[in-house]
Amino acid sequence: MKYVDEYRDRGVAAGLVKRIAASVTRPWVLMEVCGGQTHSIVRYGIDRMLPAGIELVHGPGCPVCVTSLETIDRAHAIAESKDVIFTSFGDMLRVPGSQHDLLTLRSRGADVRVVYAPLDAVRIAQDNPGKKVVFFGIGFETTAPANAMAVKTAKRLGVGNFSMLVSHVLVPPAMAAILEAPGNRVQGFLGPGHVCAVMGYRDYEALAERYHVPIVITGFEPVDLLDGIHLAVRQLEAGRADVENQYVRTVVRDGNQLARDLVSEVFEVVDRKWRGIGTIAQSGYRLRDEFREHDAESVFAVEAIETSESSQCISGLILRGVKKPGDCSAFGKQCTPRSPLGATMVSAEGACAAYYQYGRYLRADERPRENDVV
Amino acid sequence: MCLGIPGEIMAVREESGMTFGKVKFGGITREVCLSCIPDAAVGEFVLVHVGFAIAKVDRVEAARAYETLEELGLLAELSDDVPERAVHRPAPEASGPTENGPREVP
Repeated sequence: MKYVDEYRDRGVAAGLVKRIAASVTRPWVLMEVCGGQTHSIVRYGIDRMLPAGIELVHGPGCPVCVTSLETIDRAHAIAESKDVIFTSFGDMLRVPGSQHDLLTLRSRGADVRVVYAPLDAVRIAQDNPGKKVVFFGIGFETTAPANAMAVKTAKRLGVGNFSMLVSHVLVPPAMAAILEAPGNRVQGFLGPGHVCAVMGYRDYEALAERYHVPIVITGFEPVDLLDGIHLAVRQLEAGRADVENQYVRTVVRDGNQLARDLVSEVFEVVDRKWRGIGTIAQSGYRLRDEFREHDAESVFAVEAIETSESSQCISGLILRGVKKPGDCSAFGKQCTPRSPLGATMVSAEGACAAYYQYGRYLRADERPRENDVV
Repeated sequence: MCLGIPGEIMAVREESGMTFGKVKFGGITREVCLSCIPDAAVGEFVLVHVGFAIAKVDRVEAARAYETLEELGLLAELSDDVPERAVHRPAPEASGPTENGPREVP
């Protein structure tokens, strides 16, 4: 049975586009925060359905993309250490560090393994007591409960050879940083539905009030996105700045309380550096002191790291919504998913990868063949 | 990783104080931690991030969301590790699709 009724959805979408057009009296700039939403917008051409004057800019919501270069380089140094099994989500393997990526290290003999879940890395540690097993704990709030559970479980079961290199980032401080940046153009947000399924949206209410910016918690399906855009535009036109929940079928105001408790038990909020953006105050997690024995930064003394970023890559400007992938001279030429210069081209959730996959800004004969997609 | 993937709970078990489930995503079944989903039951649908369920969803929502993720090509995390498991930890049950049901990833 096919649940996505294309004809019905098409009718609903057309209706929403009409309603958006009828609401608009002047130009507005909206940012979708989540990389999955960006992917959906580009895939379905949502931005091209909108009336002139409504611009969507793509946000920093790709965890692989914003993991700092220092952290990537530290991960590489740890992965190269003796008796280490370095475990990671698959997306991280091709992310370029200053020198190379994890796949290259693996080809040179490092034991780098992809896992589906952080708890899998704890099992690998149990199976390999003579090795130090490190998990690369990245992500936004969506992966934080899974990562927290892995560390808590390792501590409870006494799996002393398991540690996590934590590079967690948080959405609301990044939204605040975007709004405070000189030259910010963003006037309203489509909030990240699945992040809010975990964390709820009370933090977003404080943001909306403080910056007088409407935030619509939005899903990722085409009709969700159009609905979210309509709600945000309606607020902007009325001069309102509230949090609205478009994604009521999945998100409740307090999120998943058990998951939030688990995250708070294991992690504490710290300043965090974002790739391409810089340090944002109170924008990440690290392990609390009682879990220090499982903190890879404590377990492995990595010497001072000198990073080196591609001079051509403008992913920082893309992550802040200042530029779009097509503005980059390397896009689709020197930089492709197979040989990425920057992280926004690596991850399936990155804006450059989405633009490349769907052939944006390329002539028809330049568009990637199907087997080239990410 | 940004987007959870919905799946159906096929079995539930307790292990060392945690609740786990076998959750079926399209043609693949994975073990998922259900500890933050009270009263999770067989036949229910959950939204899963990297092996950890964070919300219940209904059947229709689950099917719609799964189809959209499939169209977007955002289901890779479910099987990224499969080739590696064969190398590092051979498991007869993980040898590939069967004629009788979904591929099992223990």
